[in-house]
Amino acid sequence: MTQENKANATIANDMTEEIDAEEVAPQADNAAIYKDLSLQGLWKNNPGIVQLLGLCPLLAVTNTLTNALGLGLATLFVVIASNVLISLIRHYVPKAIRIPVFVLIIASLVSCIQLLMNAYTYQLYLSLGIFIPLIVTNCMIIGRAEAFASKNNVKHSAFDGLMMGLGFTAVLIVLGAAREVLAQGTLFDGIETLLGDWASFMTVSLYNTDTSFLIAALPPGAFILMGLIIAFKNSIDNILKK
Amino acid sequence: MAFFSSTSPHQRIRRRTPDIMKMVVLGLLPGILVHSYLFGLGIYVQIALAIATAVASEAIFLMLRKRPFINSIKDYTAIVTAVLLAISIPSLAPWWVIVIGTAFSIVIVKQLYGGLGQNIFNPAMAGYVLLLISFPVQMTAWLPIESMQAFPVTIMDTLSLIFTGYSIDGYSVTQIKTSIDGFTLATPLETIRNALHVGDTISDTLKTTLFSPDSQQGSQWVNLAFLAGGLYLLKKQIILWYIPASFLVGMIVFSFIPFATDPELFPSPLYHLFSGATMLGAFFILTDPVTASTTVKGRIAYGLLCALLVVIIRDFGGYPDAVAFAVLLANICVPLIDYYTKPKVYGRRRS
Repeated sequence: MTQENKANATIANDMTEEIDAEEVAPQADNAAIYKDLSLQGLWKNNPGIVQLLGLCPLLAVTNTLTNALGLGLATLFVVIASNVLISLIRHYVPKAIRIPVFVLIIASLVSCIQLLMNAYTYQLYLSLGIFIPLIVTNCMIIGRAEAFASKNNVKHSAFDGLMMGLGFTAVLIVLGAAREVLAQGTLFDGIETLLGDWASFMTVSLYNTDTSFLIAALPPGAFILMGLIIAFKNSIDNILKK
Repeated sequence: MAFFSSTSPHQRIRRRTPDIMKMVVLGLLPGILVHSYLFGLGIYVQIALAIATAVASEAIFLMLRKRPFINSIKDYTAIVTAVLLAISIPSLAPWWVIVIGTAFSIVIVKQLYGGLGQNIFNPAMAGYVLLLISFPVQMTAWLPIESMQAFPVTIMDTLSLIFTGYSIDGYSVTQIKTSIDGFTLATPLETIRNALHVGDTISDTLKTTLFSPDSQQGSQWVNLAFLAGGLYLLKKQIILWYIPASFLVGMIVFSFIPFATDPELFPSPLYHLFSGATMLGAFFILTDPVTASTTVKGRIAYGLLCALLVVIIRDFGGYPDAVAFAVLLANICVPLIDYYTKPKVYGRRRS
């Protein structure tokens, strides 16, 4: 119980004073901190369905599972790397100009991932289009930089980035899968553009139809399904409370 | 001696929701009868499917919400939604189209927002828009009027077309539709749009078979029948005149402006008034008591806004008819309209 409280206190302090997690939490509490970070990122404070951050890419590119997975992995990479870098420089950045500095770091990381995807997953790069450079504007990344990485040590920041990124990717995958199944009746269509030709066996065709349910592939369908996913999450929470 | 006392509006006629809804259905009857006379019996099958789906989905969803569902079903609102949606879609559309549309209307648009009285959007029109953007092929397969159909479509053919996609003799809807020379549609708006796209002028298009006096009258008669039903509702004071009047006047005024600038490119106000879902929209859809504006000035603004949107979408947009889109867009504005048109409390000075 005390462990949990301390871990919670660490998280709660994120927004206020600069506190080094290592100083606050003794070594023994590390496991509790990591556990709490995972729980926060994956469920309680999930960036996609609780904080509702980064909705634009979330809703725009999840028309297929492959797109969702591609964007999820790219975001995951950026949020881990940006959390690590920002945590490393947190003592050297003047408070007044921290946000521009964070944005610069995130933008350069996004440029890296954009060039990498252009080189190795060109088809996916084309189908994600503007949403790769738009990772810069994903509030989830700058949010973690400001709320966590700028106040915590490198290890915890990296782990927080991993868990927040995974939480975001998980929502992308669920939404992408649901929309792809409803609209096309397939799963992992075009996965070879992300993972290479060997992965094409993963494409599953669940049913064939002449008339696809187009709305699932269009933005309104994304909004409706997103709402249903959030409602589902809340109903699970309600059941768990009882 | 007991004095009778009641709450403030002192309404003489004690109408309850079910009574109003029953009269709305009654007002729809002339339109439905004319439609079935001109375009075949498919519309009755669609209405039956829609009502069954609406009642079933409302009951199931209310059971899931642990609410009493008997009263909700008895109030006829789900049935009105179902009927409105059923008469908006092509009468030979496959059965799953109307089932998906009605279930969406009831479950997502009505019940998820909290049920009767809580929904922001008109359920029937939201369902229609869902169907139109999801299944554009099925949703635009309008039949020619019966006298111009190439093959006589019997009641068995109708059932077979709706449930299997082919008539008894194996013709699909497209074959029945296109095997005659030219198209004849319940909503010729689409033909005008396509013709304008390929560069024809309206006066040329109007000379084609589709617009021969016989066939064009199809949609005009249906519109006139809905007008009659709407006037009945007005007379019975089920609906107030503000919204239909401002909508129809708005349609005439707004559609006259582009028509006056170039009559070869934009259809005339009269044409706008009696084609597509204009009359159905004016009297039955815009006047939905839940999603329309509730103040006097607000109702007028709401009708004008709808009219403006319909004309813009019909004349310049990509979809042939626009009433559904216009209604949904206007529904979003209703809270704002109501906020700015709140009537002054009696006895209070202008602040």
